[in-house]
Amino acid sequence: MSNAAVTSAPAITLPAAGERELRLDLFRGLALWLIFIDHLPANILTWFTIRNYGFSDATEIFIFISGYTAAFVYGRAMLESGFVIATARIMRRVWQIYVAHVFLFTIFLAEISYVATNFNNPLYSEEMGIMDFLKQPDVTIIQALLLRFRPVNMDVLPLYIVLMLFLPLILWLMKWRPDVSLALSVALYAATWHFDLYLSAYPNGFWAFNPFAWQLLFVFGAWCALGGAERMSAILSSRITMWICIAYLLAAFFVTLTWHIPQLSRFMPKLVEQWMYPITKTDLDVLRFAHFLALAALTVRFLHKDWPGLKSPWLRPLILCGQHSLEIFCLGVFLAFAGHFVLAEISGGAGLHFLISVVGVLIMSGMAWVISWYKHSADKNASKKKGAVGNADMAGGG
Amino acid sequence: MKSNPVMILGLTLIAGLLAVAPVRAEDAPANCEVPAYLLTSESKLPKVETAIAGDRRLEILVVGSRSSTIAASEASAYPGRLQVMLKEALPKVAVNVSVELQVKKTAEEVAGGLVKLVEVRKPTLVIWQTGTYDAIRSIDPDDFRAGVEEGVAALQKAGADVILMNLQYSPRTETMISAPPYLDNMRVVAQQHDVPLFDRFSMMRHWSDAGDFDLSSTSHGPDLAKRVHDCLGRALSKFVIDAAHVNPAQQN
Repeated sequence: MSNAAVTSAPAITLPAAGERELRLDLFRGLALWLIFIDHLPANILTWFTIRNYGFSDATEIFIFISGYTAAFVYGRAMLESGFVIATARIMRRVWQIYVAHVFLFTIFLAEISYVATNFNNPLYSEEMGIMDFLKQPDVTIIQALLLRFRPVNMDVLPLYIVLMLFLPLILWLMKWRPDVSLALSVALYAATWHFDLYLSAYPNGFWAFNPFAWQLLFVFGAWCALGGAERMSAILSSRITMWICIAYLLAAFFVTLTWHIPQLSRFMPKLVEQWMYPITKTDLDVLRFAHFLALAALTVRFLHKDWPGLKSPWLRPLILCGQHSLEIFCLGVFLAFAGHFVLAEISGGAGLHFLISVVGVLIMSGMAWVISWYKHSADKNASKKKGAVGNADMAGGG
Repeated sequence: MKSNPVMILGLTLIAGLLAVAPVRAEDAPANCEVPAYLLTSESKLPKVETAIAGDRRLEILVVGSRSSTIAASEASAYPGRLQVMLKEALPKVAVNVSVELQVKKTAEEVAGGLVKLVEVRKPTLVIWQTGTYDAIRSIDPDDFRAGVEEGVAALQKAGADVILMNLQYSPRTETMISAPPYLDNMRVVAQQHDVPLFDRFSMMRHWSDAGDFDLSSTSHGPDLAKRVHDCLGRALSKFVIDAAHVNPAQQN
């Protein structure tokens, strides 16, 4: 069936249906772990997250792979069942993500209400001003449902929702001319910077991840999934590309080093500093995007699709987490809340910090294992009746 | 589930820590060492230097929000402590620290009124503590940066030395208030305008990590606030003296 799909659509190509890209699952799983660790207060494990060694961080990986898998899953649906059916499936997914976001928001509300009633230290009387929005729950909750009010660390899912909403359009364009679609995406990115496009937030400010800018990574992921990666293989395997990537990553590493060791900053030319800073995450700074590209290019070069290690039981937890990304992402956000809470209640120092991170990662892996058990064993009969295609979650979620 | 043995281990550890915690809280040492790199700045305070060496008069104005004071015991807040410690360190200099509270104002709103303040009070040094209210209101970090830049430029033009002071480290509200964009932008402005940045956030986090203070404490009394402000005042006085290139021994 996959061969038929490929021949009927000359513009884009899809890998064969049975082939599961374990590398994608692996790195999305890794991104989820890193996002969780970065959401906790800094501890030893934070030093292992990539944001300390360069410009980009786990969010880039997550959004890129989400674009890749979403295009892969729903692109196939669009080729096989048409635009309407694919759109319907995408919308069901959007709804799931939305519900997940609202669920996390209720947990956040519970936490903040607890702090508001129990914590009243004069040292922080100013910071407690954040509780003011509890005085107007009617407005706040409506704004949260509209995705305009987002607590700290709850910005990724709204971005994801908006990107998925536009996925039918993206796929439709890709089916027509993939390269033109990518060019349009780059144009929108450039326009975002030039005209300062943004989505406003409540009570003021704007979305912490600007969808107009971040769509570039998502669309680029989709473009790669639909044959772009194959067409780029000559560039990716060239030695020149490799050395450019290595040089860029090293330069980025040095710059990040100056953040952690202020004494080094005197070696930074003032002109470079002025040109470079601030490296904004909100609008996906070009330096961040380039950093992600360099990382991805080197990864693809040195980690082969059929590397036997991908099947090893040691990487199994990561891969399982990556395969159930929505659930594990939400769990991660919840665990980060819970971790903050435990750390505030019990002043345990670095040891407890470390313990919480490790326990969180274990819970995420355990949960991923349970979900996969549900899908493969508990729901076996149901999925047989539905047929092989229907379920987006089976294929990695999108 | 897989995590069971680990959970048990975790709970055991937590129980152990709980048993230790109260002892540590009672010790309450005002032991708050600050790593040297937080107390030094490459930017200088030339006007403070001449004021100390020449005029023997040092007029400092703290412009800040509510975290620059402690309700009902203002003298114990860091500006008051700063005055005491500077006088101790520089006995031959007439040091005066005054405070101008700008409560519930964004950096941009405060910046507009700074020149007038300087004209009236004529300080040698303005310590501008800002960022918290902007972070609470999640003001656009670009607007925030523009506001801080405007304020710093205005102060420099009006003839005062400037120190920027960033947010407090507040573990309880870490999941609610996003400090990093505001911390980063203050660092950028400080660098670009060659102004020393007093990194209150990193200091308080250091004290918290080192176990000097339990900043998550639910206690309602002013005791913790007083001890933290005392340490902040101490660090700030060292910071001012270092950035002004004054050797306190010479002054005695």
